[in-house]
Amino acid sequence: MSLRIVVTVKYVPDATGDRHFADDLTVDRDDVDGLLSELDEYAVEQALQIAEGRRDEGGDAEVTVVTIGPEDAKDALRKALSMGADKAIHVEDDDLHGTDVIGTSLVLAKAIEKAGFDLVVSGMASTDGTMGVVPALVAERLGVPQVTLLSEVSVEDGTVKGRRDGDTASEQLQAQLPAVVSVTDQSGEARYPSFKGIMAAKKKPVQSWDLSDLDIEAEEVGLDGAFTKVESAAERPARSAGTIVKDEGEGGKQLAEFLASQKFI
Amino acid sequence: MAEVLVYVDHVDGAVRKPTLELLTLARRIGEPVAVALGNGAADTAATLAEHGAVKVLTHDAPEYAAYLVVPKVDALQAAHEAVAPAAVLVPSSVEGKEIAARLALRIGSGIITDAVDLEAGDEGGPVATQSVFAASFTTKSRVVKGTPVITVKPNSAAVEAAPAAGAVEGLSVTFSAQATGTQVTGRTPRESTGRPELTEAAIVVSGGRGVNGAENFAIIEALADQLGAAVGASRAAVDAGWYPHTNQVGQTGKSVSPQLYIANGISGAIQHRAGMQTSKTIVAVNKDAEAPIFELVDYGVVGDLFDVVPQLTEEIKTRKG
Repeated sequence: MSLRIVVTVKYVPDATGDRHFADDLTVDRDDVDGLLSELDEYAVEQALQIAEGRRDEGGDAEVTVVTIGPEDAKDALRKALSMGADKAIHVEDDDLHGTDVIGTSLVLAKAIEKAGFDLVVSGMASTDGTMGVVPALVAERLGVPQVTLLSEVSVEDGTVKGRRDGDTASEQLQAQLPAVVSVTDQSGEARYPSFKGIMAAKKKPVQSWDLSDLDIEAEEVGLDGAFTKVESAAERPARSAGTIVKDEGEGGKQLAEFLASQKFI
Repeated sequence: MAEVLVYVDHVDGAVRKPTLELLTLARRIGEPVAVALGNGAADTAATLAEHGAVKVLTHDAPEYAAYLVVPKVDALQAAHEAVAPAAVLVPSSVEGKEIAARLALRIGSGIITDAVDLEAGDEGGPVATQSVFAASFTTKSRVVKGTPVITVKPNSAAVEAAPAAGAVEGLSVTFSAQATGTQVTGRTPRESTGRPELTEAAIVVSGGRGVNGAENFAIIEALADQLGAAVGASRAAVDAGWYPHTNQVGQTGKSVSPQLYIANGISGAIQHRAGMQTSKTIVAVNKDAEAPIFELVDYGVVGDLFDVVPQLTEEIKTRKG
């Protein structure tokens, strides 16, 4: 049987650009370039490695990438396809605008179920919202184990194993498939798409689903369906210019003087 | 007065500082009822009472250590049913956020993560302040459906003593079918460096590309030790293998918000700024006068960190006498 791996990815505003809020206090996606969330590249990489390992052992595997977002979000799918994913699913619907994390997990879980899966692989967090809770929410919705925040992951004989480095301890985890995995940026450098990969990606199938394809009502998602409301967003005032001195032999002492004046020493 | 559930982060009964901060914030919106789980749960009661917990719900079972996250969600859900709180507050650790999210989904509530402040709202329900887009924006948000579930970042409030009853009550928990889904087959406690935990530290001293080698981190550590600080590292330093990933500050590492952040040999790329920009006072030492980190600083020294940092360390030592 083919191992069905679904990778959830997100198209995010470039962090090096000037990110803003739109008038309705959702993220302004028009004024800044988007790209595949860097942390999702690690998820794609691990999914590809698991699939390649499976094929090396004479088995079969298929990697499907799924994203939610407007037309542009296809760029994130193309990037994942050019890295080596087999096919892609794009969930797009005008009613999705402003969907919060609870709604996002609903749409992803429905899409993953419809696609069919043995293993879901996600990045540890998106680089825009940075909440890091979608994998846990998707696992809760799918009713399968969450094996999250892994810096090492492997799949063998229907079992996923991994290492989770927490604040106070490093843990070895294990669960039976089907399961939801998320990986950190320590899981392994993500590959660059090759020219061949980029050309091949153009021919790979990208399916488009809307809310009706997933049996989701418009009221369950979007700004109106959101469980949270952003009431205000204010640009942080520019820090008042600090004191900058050039070290001419006394830089350390001057800095000590500043720290003393601020009562740190 | 409405009760507010506070999830207790503790290690074998020793309560971690972010939980004490949560108790302070919880008192702004109601009466804190703490939930302590696992080995040593009951030992947390005295500390929690000292900081305002009117009640401490405890439960210990092998499941909390043997399986990931879900047993704790089951317990918090049981506490939610028992108390019907006005809000549920959880420390913003990686595990805390996952617990909070699954709880929110189960009880039909919204979730806000990484709040940096919390206040009682006019329209009912707490208002959470968050710092987003690499701390370039400050937002205020509310949960508008269900019981607000909010995770709060460390260093978001000062710990205040506020003695309360802290009556210990056993919590009755029935584990769900999912509870045993993910086994913890091994656990290696992090070796203590004797320094404060990075995300909780009041002072963080960080090193970046300019430190130029693992062995040179000794001078960063020496400064940190003089200040009682945690040591951080930029991604460049971590990727080069000079310092462990657990100490990485930035978008893909840890986010810190100390009283004082000292960046040494760190240029200040947006990814690093995302992890430290909410620090109260920022200091940088860098050879490059054009480094973007200088746009953030309260005090900056343009100079070679190999001259400036040891001199600073010596000067602090002298001043401390």
